[in-house]
Amino acid sequence: MFADYSMGELTAIFAMQGFAGLILFSVFVLMALGLAIIFGQMGVINMAHGEFMILGAYVTYLVSNVFSDYLPFLFSIYFFVAMALAFVVTGALGMFVEWAMIRHLYKRPLDTLLATWGLSLILQQIYRSVFGAREVGVTIPEWMMGSLPLTDMIEVPINGMFVMVLAVGISIAIYVLMFRSTWGKQVRAINQNRIMAGAVGINTEWTDRLTFGIGCGVAGVAGSAFTMIGSTGPTAGQLYIVDTFLVVVFGGAGSLLGTIASAFSISQAQSILEFFLSGSMAKVLTLLTVVGILMLRPQGLFALKLRK
Amino acid sequence: MTPTKKTAFLTPKEMIGFAILAALIFVVLPLALDTFRLNLFGKYLTYAFVAVGLVLCWGAGGILSLGQGVFFGLGGYCMAMFLKLEASTPENTAIQSTPGIPDFMDWNQITALPWWWEPFHSFGLTLIAIIAVPVVFAFIIAFAMFRRRVGGVYFAIITQAIAAILTILIIGQQGFTGGVNGITDLRTLHGWDIRTDEAKNILYFVNGILLFAVLFAAHYVRKSKLGRLLIAMRDQEDRVRFSGYDVASFKIFVFCLGAAFSAIGGAMFTLQVGFMSPTLVGIVPSIEMVIFCAVGGRLSIIGAVYGTLLVNFAKTTFSESFPEVWLLGLGALFIAVVMAFPRGLAGIWADWVEPRLSSLFSRKTGDDSTAAPKTPAE
Repeated sequence: MFADYSMGELTAIFAMQGFAGLILFSVFVLMALGLAIIFGQMGVINMAHGEFMILGAYVTYLVSNVFSDYLPFLFSIYFFVAMALAFVVTGALGMFVEWAMIRHLYKRPLDTLLATWGLSLILQQIYRSVFGAREVGVTIPEWMMGSLPLTDMIEVPINGMFVMVLAVGISIAIYVLMFRSTWGKQVRAINQNRIMAGAVGINTEWTDRLTFGIGCGVAGVAGSAFTMIGSTGPTAGQLYIVDTFLVVVFGGAGSLLGTIASAFSISQAQSILEFFLSGSMAKVLTLLTVVGILMLRPQGLFALKLRK
Repeated sequence: MTPTKKTAFLTPKEMIGFAILAALIFVVLPLALDTFRLNLFGKYLTYAFVAVGLVLCWGAGGILSLGQGVFFGLGGYCMAMFLKLEASTPENTAIQSTPGIPDFMDWNQITALPWWWEPFHSFGLTLIAIIAVPVVFAFIIAFAMFRRRVGGVYFAIITQAIAAILTILIIGQQGFTGGVNGITDLRTLHGWDIRTDEAKNILYFVNGILLFAVLFAAHYVRKSKLGRLLIAMRDQEDRVRFSGYDVASFKIFVFCLGAAFSAIGGAMFTLQVGFMSPTLVGIVPSIEMVIFCAVGGRLSIIGAVYGTLLVNFAKTTFSESFPEVWLLGLGALFIAVVMAFPRGLAGIWADWVEPRLSSLFSRKTGDDSTAAPKTPAE
């Protein structure tokens, strides 16, 4: 398998594939962080998570159109406005969904799964009616195009770098929120013991709603970032949902570090395999390995020790 | 403190329920519909096999599998492989560069039949494989997971991932599986042309009889001690375990049974519709099959059949005339059935129709107020 390549070429292949893997890793991290909050901390299965991401992508699309039509001189920074708006819009929708639907179903996790699947179908159809069935893409600002040559054989695309930086930034932000803020402390307290958390005066209902909203908001930002590296269609969210859930479960629900570690291992395995096998076989092998490991170690890579 | 007493296999009320369903499937539908529509309903009824399996796994056992399409597909593919080999005789495929192998293999430059296709030359082995392959697969999944006490949400996610993996695999290995188009152009079963109207009518009745066999099997399980244990496990798994029962074995058994039901449905699907493709294996069909079961009432075996028929009939009707409304309607149905009608059609029947019917009868026959406990038809 390696015999046809020279040593230098092999290094370049591994570096390039490794970098492609790093971009995939950032994508996985962005997708999974929101779910890690919602599923990992609250135990809610949100099958509409992919659709929340797509909502963020469509918000970015709209903002980019508005900027190019009315504020062309600010076009190079529209993306930051779009991300903030994506966070607010998806977060607000998330809080509404929690209020209207999820809070009635906390005792029935499997039913939440079905109800949110229904929500995902409705959202998909709304996207299709509003934005059309075709995929839409945004115009990337000038400074994000092109690539940086590192050596004569290795190049890194700038938009990929940007997504990576974003993934790191959001991970740090969530870490700070979870482990340094009052909200994070309350979420973790509720996760460990809901009744006692309520007894010491934490408003569990409001914390739940805020947590769900923030999780959805992060999904929106992730969707916004995806517009930088690909186009957006109404059913794109469904493609991500299995990967995202596997990343979170494989990392160990409830562990942010586990989520990042599992996103890293899955994405690297997949992108390196992709060079030597066909894309679909690389994916099948990676997912099968993950499922196999999960069958042997159902608690995932990093398990929190909780008394159930 | 009522001791569990030995009850008859079918109470009068259940007998009426089965009789009405039998009348609908064997008399009303064949008389009312032309062959094309009847074939369509036959297709719906193959999904009912899956829904009945889900009633046992999910409704009674609390095991939600989002990968039932896998077993439906495996059963269907086993049947399709047999039919495809029969259709790919050297005479029929003389124009290919390698005659005697299925056409899609030839298109993908494969020159010899893979070894795992060989058993499907034999009809007997195919029939065994239709049940055995999905059940062994289900057993491996269930054994690995239930022995480690993984259940609930995690099981749902893992089975969903398996459905996704199998779909990607089938689509990716185009030369061996027919890829995204699936296995098409199936013609004869032992020389008997399955594409004629007469064959379609006969297959519809065979399908109906098999469905009733599965319904009775499911009913038997529900009535047996196993059925009561399943419900006990769903509600208080630890207590059942502490009472000395091996919880995992019961779960493995019921999951394998559900897989076998689905596989029969899949095989009948292939026979009636004439193809098998990965669109029936993946995440979306698997989760739609759950909604058939939920609409019927997740605890009602007969309800599962009605739920399947109703949702599919609505799907065909709406997606023919208003495709954009259908997806909204299906989404709303998911939400409504979970939030407002968790017991589905069977619940509506037990809460609204039955009390009125029984009050109608008791007025005629005098007092019969003790007759109807809460949900006997389930």
